[in-house]
Amino acid sequence: MASPNGHRSVAPIEFPPPVDPAAEFIGPPTDPEDERIEVGVAIVGGGQAGMACAIRLLQLLEDDPELAESLGEVPVAVIEKGRVAGAHQLSGGVMNPSAIRSLFPEDDSWPHFGEVGKETVYFMLTAKRALPLKPTPPPFRNHGNYVVSVAELNRWLGERAEEAGAYVLSETVGAKLLVDDGLVVGVRTGDKGRDRQGGEKSNFEPGSDVVANATVLAEGCWGHLTGAALKGLGLAAGDPQVWALGVKEVWEVPQPLDRVIHTLGWPLRPQAKYKEFGGSWIYPMNRAGAQPRVSLGFVIGLEYADARLSVHDVLQEFKLHPLVRRILADGKRVAWGAKAIPEGGYWAMPRLHAPGMVICGDGGGMVNVPRLKGIHYAIRSGMLAAETIYSRLKSGSHDFSPYDRAVHDSEIGKDLYESRNMKQPFGKGLVVGGAITNAMVVTKGRLPGGHWATHRDADQPLMLTDRHERYPKPDGKYTFDKLSGVFLTGNATRDDAPSHIRIQQRVPRELAEAWTWMCPAGVYEVPEDAPDGGEHVDLIVNPSNCVQCGAITAKGGRLTPPEGGDGPVYQVT
Amino acid sequence: MSGILVYALHHDGAFNKNSLGAVSEGARLAGELGTECHAVVVGDPAGLGDELCASLGRYGARKVYRAAGPEGLAQPVVDAMAKIIGENGHRYALFGGGLLGFEIGAGLAARRDAGVCMEVTHVRVEDGKLVSERPILQDSSVTDVHYRSDLGVIIGRLNAFEARESGDASATVEDVQVDFEPHSLKAKMVTRGEQRGADVNIEDADILVAGGRGLGKAEGFEALEQLAGALGGAVAATRAVVDAGWYSYSAQIGQTGKTVSPKLYLAAGISGAIQHKVGMQGSENIVAINKDANAPIFEFSDLGIVGDLNKIVPKLTEAVKARKAG
Amino acid sequence: MKICVLVKEVPDAAVEKRIDPGTGRLDRSGEKNLNPFDTHAIEAAMQLKEGGVVEVDEVVAVTMGPETAVRALHKAVSLGADRSLHLSDAALAGSDVNGTGYALAKTLEDEAPDLVLLGQQSDDGECYTIGAVVADHLHMPSLTQVIKIDVENGALRCERQAEYGYDTVLVELPAVISVGDAINEPRYPSLKAIMGAKKKPLDKRGIGDVGIEPGRVGFDNARAHCADFKAPPAKEPGKIIEDEDTNATVEQIVAWLDERKLLA
Repeated sequence: MASPNGHRSVAPIEFPPPVDPAAEFIGPPTDPEDERIEVGVAIVGGGQAGMACAIRLLQLLEDDPELAESLGEVPVAVIEKGRVAGAHQLSGGVMNPSAIRSLFPEDDSWPHFGEVGKETVYFMLTAKRALPLKPTPPPFRNHGNYVVSVAELNRWLGERAEEAGAYVLSETVGAKLLVDDGLVVGVRTGDKGRDRQGGEKSNFEPGSDVVANATVLAEGCWGHLTGAALKGLGLAAGDPQVWALGVKEVWEVPQPLDRVIHTLGWPLRPQAKYKEFGGSWIYPMNRAGAQPRVSLGFVIGLEYADARLSVHDVLQEFKLHPLVRRILADGKRVAWGAKAIPEGGYWAMPRLHAPGMVICGDGGGMVNVPRLKGIHYAIRSGMLAAETIYSRLKSGSHDFSPYDRAVHDSEIGKDLYESRNMKQPFGKGLVVGGAITNAMVVTKGRLPGGHWATHRDADQPLMLTDRHERYPKPDGKYTFDKLSGVFLTGNATRDDAPSHIRIQQRVPRELAEAWTWMCPAGVYEVPEDAPDGGEHVDLIVNPSNCVQCGAITAKGGRLTPPEGGDGPVYQVT
Repeated sequence: MSGILVYALHHDGAFNKNSLGAVSEGARLAGELGTECHAVVVGDPAGLGDELCASLGRYGARKVYRAAGPEGLAQPVVDAMAKIIGENGHRYALFGGGLLGFEIGAGLAARRDAGVCMEVTHVRVEDGKLVSERPILQDSSVTDVHYRSDLGVIIGRLNAFEARESGDASATVEDVQVDFEPHSLKAKMVTRGEQRGADVNIEDADILVAGGRGLGKAEGFEALEQLAGALGGAVAATRAVVDAGWYSYSAQIGQTGKTVSPKLYLAAGISGAIQHKVGMQGSENIVAINKDANAPIFEFSDLGIVGDLNKIVPKLTEAVKARKAG
Repeated sequence: MKICVLVKEVPDAAVEKRIDPGTGRLDRSGEKNLNPFDTHAIEAAMQLKEGGVVEVDEVVAVTMGPETAVRALHKAVSLGADRSLHLSDAALAGSDVNGTGYALAKTLEDEAPDLVLLGQQSDDGECYTIGAVVADHLHMPSLTQVIKIDVENGALRCERQAEYGYDTVLVELPAVISVGDAINEPRYPSLKAIMGAKKKPLDKRGIGDVGIEPGRVGFDNARAHCADFKAPPAKEPGKIIEDEDTNATVEQIVAWLDERKLLA
């Protein structure tokens, strides 16, 4: 496919990042034995899956003092790279309460913004018109579910985990998976205090080998160690994982929103060649005694073909629609953030275990894209992991394969299997089932037809269009530039730290532009004096802007965790 | 009698601008309250002659209390002021900010169980009492501070009060004998006020000329250094150019660099993104030169020039030199 | 030598701070962290301990704050403090600089330290003065803005940064020293230290335990009372010059600067 200016289109995969995850991020312990830190179970990632696993384990251990004692002084350690557990959490989100109620049958005090009442799905026909889809397509029916902020929920879970006895080690990175003779024996934490060139500053502190009887990878959507394990331990599924990128804002509004809203259509382009699949959400965050707020965001699958597509700017454009303007009128933006979402579903789920190790949550691809659900799967998988680990440790075994079976037998496996073919023509992203039918009728067949083979996001050849000319100029009050959003996240990544992003920097212009537009945090820039034509440009990388959304890993680079504690400090996302 | 007692710091035979400002402010407020402004000086009597002390009268002080004691240290001054206030009943103690102002004011507040407010930018009279105003939360908000004690301690932000001569009057000088507390004599000055010219601390500069990506290349800083030299200021830089290696990290301003509030901040080739803005938004006068009329910096600059800095900066340097010479 | 380090838990610097309209006080409900300046104080204590010039028997972290302030103590301990002390009492809530300094001094009196170290300022109060208040109550010599400490014959040779230059001062012990952030580069805690922090002794004190008079602390007894938070005076919109004739433009700039006495 040639781009409008004539030369051959480029796909990111042609310029792979300089990294060999299996070789670099997997290896045996290197600390002398008496300096290794011994814990019972090491959980990498303090999100919903990680905390649920910690809590469930400690619930089981409470009734089993013998096993608890055998796990030593630190039976459960949670290794979390954010400043605190919750700092890197971002989602819509509407959560199915079943799993958290299983975890806490007697405690319903987990924070939320109320049960979903009314909901409407709109098909945005144009920049001015919106058509409500009636009846609400089945995947969007959220009766019985709750609006939550995962940043808030995670903090609550973190407190419960610590109360139960978990050691939550925040500002700590799981940098390397420790594997000894085919058995996963723990993780090595990240170094602190390296300078720009990777050298050691005066306060350099090396990471430590944390050895454990069981290791749980609950790293979330772009799992650093999970990615390495998939390659190095042969756990990858038949289909490659694919992602969408979501950019979110939280607004304080004068009038409470009375319903959960999803939209499809504008500003995405329906023509097949663009491969733009996604949509938006607008959720009420109403709580007694607090100013009403609204969570809104836009999600687009990362297999899109236009190098100048920018999810952040599409969100700004989307806000100009009268329907959204009405909701945000006289309001004030109080939060911004971005995060990737695994979209591969059932066929892209990896094998969820290896000797000594299991994979939970988003890291294991447990997101039901048509239904936009993943939070309760994360919690459920964490619980199932705890239960398997508990019973296997009792029998002195490191074979956690029963966990894989348990996940597939649970609602996680069943739901994901049910929606396994949503990757076909209109099945990516938010367009599914009845919505497709409605949408097709309404648009008189403008929606793309044909069959889409799944391929890696980075395989998609890119084209340059004039899409960027339609993004609104940020006015600083209603529409915003990327940097002010990054500022709002409280991102305090150290300036003189080594770059944590593996990426080729001398690349064709389309690729440089694709990364520049894609990144919601303005990490990548094309130099002003870069040649316009088909020649290569020297990409500028500003790693300290990075909010660790993970999109770059999908689209040709490889994110690795920067120093522990770096990145955003999300609070209400 | 009630009154306002102002601390005046002297060095090398002169009172500094900050202290003269404080005395002027004390005099202004005393006038409104219908009382007197007095000053207190502490140091080696040889350097605190009658004429020098009496000169504070020109700034509105009626009386100057003079105590012999160690120079450049706060705690002996706390002892002196506590004694004077104890014997004369001053209602307010006023300081012009700066290191000693902060240390003395705080120590005095402890000694006299008094309310203290620091970084004060404005003082007003309300119902026969003084109310201090100070910015908080990185200058994003201003609060009023009321004193609920016999003595109110007001510590101004450095150079917040303007020195104003109010006449020719000469202040009367009164010597005070102070019995210093044992702990006040346990710190001994070895070297005072050493200048370390080499590394100019941009946080202390009154004038800053800052450069950003718009300079185009590292050499762009040469023109800025010339301009800074002509203006008598220092050079600062944005994170982007420090990252690119065009200037040193010690000059970096912004969210992750230094925060400055000079009298003049001249930004050349800087867009004014919020990460930079938070480091310099407290500057008294902001001048921006940028070729992009839509650059965010023009929204908060006091004077904005839309144009090519490569043309403007060198000519500005010449024009400044010319104005200063003639 | 016994060193006490005063630490404080403050709202995270990077997170937007605001005043709670209901209480008129700093909204402390968001993320909190150990005051960054205090990490320099702890590092200074550790460098004295590890420096070998003087024998340091113990480093004690001391804080005054609500329940959550224990996190600041854990952090201080993970950075090397041997034990910690938590002064916590409902009566202390909303204390001003005067009250806080007094309360901390009474707590330290009990401990009888040879050296009290603290960070120059805190991110929230922006006060820069607690050290001087504490020192007066303890009758100890005090210096602030210290950027270098050396032990010399049982006394301290300190360099401190003033607006007029650098002073070198010899201070006898016991003393209260407030350190600036230029003094050192704080270490990162090791994982072992972080995990061991909760096991180090943490003692709680109420106002009765250290003889604090209730009438001198708390919001209602504040000698300096903050109220009426308002937006700073609106700046006049700036003037814009489009450069066409550069000679004329720079004349305009120079005139503008001169008007404001910036060409003195």
